[in-house]
Amino acid sequence: MEFILSKFNYLMYIAMMMIGFYAMIAKHNLVKKVIGMNIFQAAIILFYISIGAKKGATIPILEGGEHHAISPESIQVAHYINPLPHVLMLTAIVVGVSVTGVALALIILIYRRYKTIEEDEILRRLS
Amino acid sequence: MIHQAPALTIATLLLSAFWIPILGMFKKESAYYIALAALFLSFASACVTLYSVLLHGTVHYHMGGWLPPWGIEFVIDYLNAGILALIALISFLTTIAAKESVKQEINRDKWPAFWSLYLLLIMSLMGMTETGDMFNMYVYLEVSSLTAYGLIAMGEDGALMASFNYLILGSVGASFYLLGVGYLYIVTGSLNMADLYRLIPGLYHSKVVFTAFAFFMVGIGIKMGLFPLHVWLPDAYTRAPSSISTLIAPTMTKVSVYVLFRIILSVFHIQFSTTIIPAAKLLLWIAAVGIIYGSIMAIAQKDIKRMLAYSSISQIGYIVLGIALANRMGLIGGALHIFSHAFAKGCLFMVAMAIVYKTGIRNIDEFKDLNKKMPFTMAAFCIAALSMVGVPPTAGFFSKWYIVLGTISGRHWTLTAVILASSLLNAIYFFRIIEKTYFSSFLGGGGHGHHEAPSVAIAEAPVTMVIPILIMAVGILAAGIFNFQIIHHLLQFIIPKGLV
Repeated sequence: MEFILSKFNYLMYIAMMMIGFYAMIAKHNLVKKVIGMNIFQAAIILFYISIGAKKGATIPILEGGEHHAISPESIQVAHYINPLPHVLMLTAIVVGVSVTGVALALIILIYRRYKTIEEDEILRRLS
Repeated sequence: MIHQAPALTIATLLLSAFWIPILGMFKKESAYYIALAALFLSFASACVTLYSVLLHGTVHYHMGGWLPPWGIEFVIDYLNAGILALIALISFLTTIAAKESVKQEINRDKWPAFWSLYLLLIMSLMGMTETGDMFNMYVYLEVSSLTAYGLIAMGEDGALMASFNYLILGSVGASFYLLGVGYLYIVTGSLNMADLYRLIPGLYHSKVVFTAFAFFMVGIGIKMGLFPLHVWLPDAYTRAPSSISTLIAPTMTKVSVYVLFRIILSVFHIQFSTTIIPAAKLLLWIAAVGIIYGSIMAIAQKDIKRMLAYSSISQIGYIVLGIALANRMGLIGGALHIFSHAFAKGCLFMVAMAIVYKTGIRNIDEFKDLNKKMPFTMAAFCIAALSMVGVPPTAGFFSKWYIVLGTISGRHWTLTAVILASSLLNAIYFFRIIEKTYFSSFLGGGGHGHHEAPSVAIAEAPVTMVIPILIMAVGILAAGIFNFQIIHHLLQFIIPKGLV
């Protein structure tokens, strides 16, 4: 129980990843495949967000200004979450959006050409 | 200006990719010439970079002046300087050769979009080669995949499905790579490759590092079409427009193999994959099965592009085999095979493009008398085919030779046999084409009884196609004859210290 609670978000990311993976492999509908891909990517984003988070920490913005200069010694790393994984995920989200965009554009073209988005039916028409 | 060369290789391409659609609105033909000029500048910068690496050793370029490990740096050392110049050269030649083919295959309205994506693809491949940052690598990897999806989808009937399947698999691969980066980041707190190289030995027995390594192998394996993960590759190469198959076959998989090199040699230490976990041993057998599988599948194909695609799977196997041998000869052979295979496969796909452009024939059975129609093209085809089989003095012979020496010094006799057997299989499917082309009018004769050679007029492909094809053929021979110089000036420095 303790293990589940302490690693909850990591277990969830693996579960989500497997759900997405299953949809990408097992579903025949192309749109469902794309949805699976999105779940898969969301799981990875969740994973990255988790590794940056800390219990009881706040956003990494130093308060105070020119008048109240903060000495570097007074900053405790444990008080601030790690912003780097979050920043990386901004890029990954942009990548994910573009991949989804390209995938949906391809599905539209496939639909116009074959009048269906069921994979087995398209493969039957291709052969 | 000289020390900006690493950045210029990709900056010229990025800027031109931005301007092409805008200028293309006014004049569609301008797109091609802008792309060509940008690629020429990029090629020149790559040559300057190669030259300065040869003179002064590894070049570090800090993007925006931010120092590593915080900033993104470009690291061009003895391994990737050559590959960078190779990609720039091959994509430049492909662009010259592709001009007429693109006019024939791509709708005129799509030219600006086509050339813009084309430049972005080459840009991302060069970025993957140059970068010294794991996350930056992921971004380039995704840019290269995204542009490739778009370009493949512009091909013939079935290209849409080929592109969609590649998209699904490719995004799984890239996601696995990203997870690997995340796992390494958890334990090291760094994304810079040189920094990781320094930090990882202390964490050899951490399970997180094992998992990260496994994720990298699967992710990169999908991208390079390593044997069990290759399913997207044949369809994508066959259905894509000829010009795009010609561009991606010699460059994209080679760059992914280079990433494998980088991860095994200079993110992890090579001892990690040989002694700590038996990854190298596993890769050896996967590669061996892939070599045989690719060759046998290639024999079964009738479509020349599909045959070349399966042959690519087998050749990727050779390079991975060379890396996984993890000894001096194996690594040199694997790295040299990147060069020889890039030249040979580029030349073969260019020939296929010229044949499709001129005659529309893709079925190998209809190749009869092509040598009389297209003498120069088919001569280049023969040279490239000999290189694939491994006949001296072509480049393919020497790279295979070093890999075979590697298997012998590692005492992997089965693998020696696999390479030799696969060379025979290569000979079967390439000599079949040569036989169909050159000799089928002598044999069989069509039942007339007397061998009156039918006069076939020379109908060679346009000059813009023939010249790049011939340059590639010369490149195959040159890379073979000067293989010692390539190894002496570049590749011998990639061997980690203390490796026999």
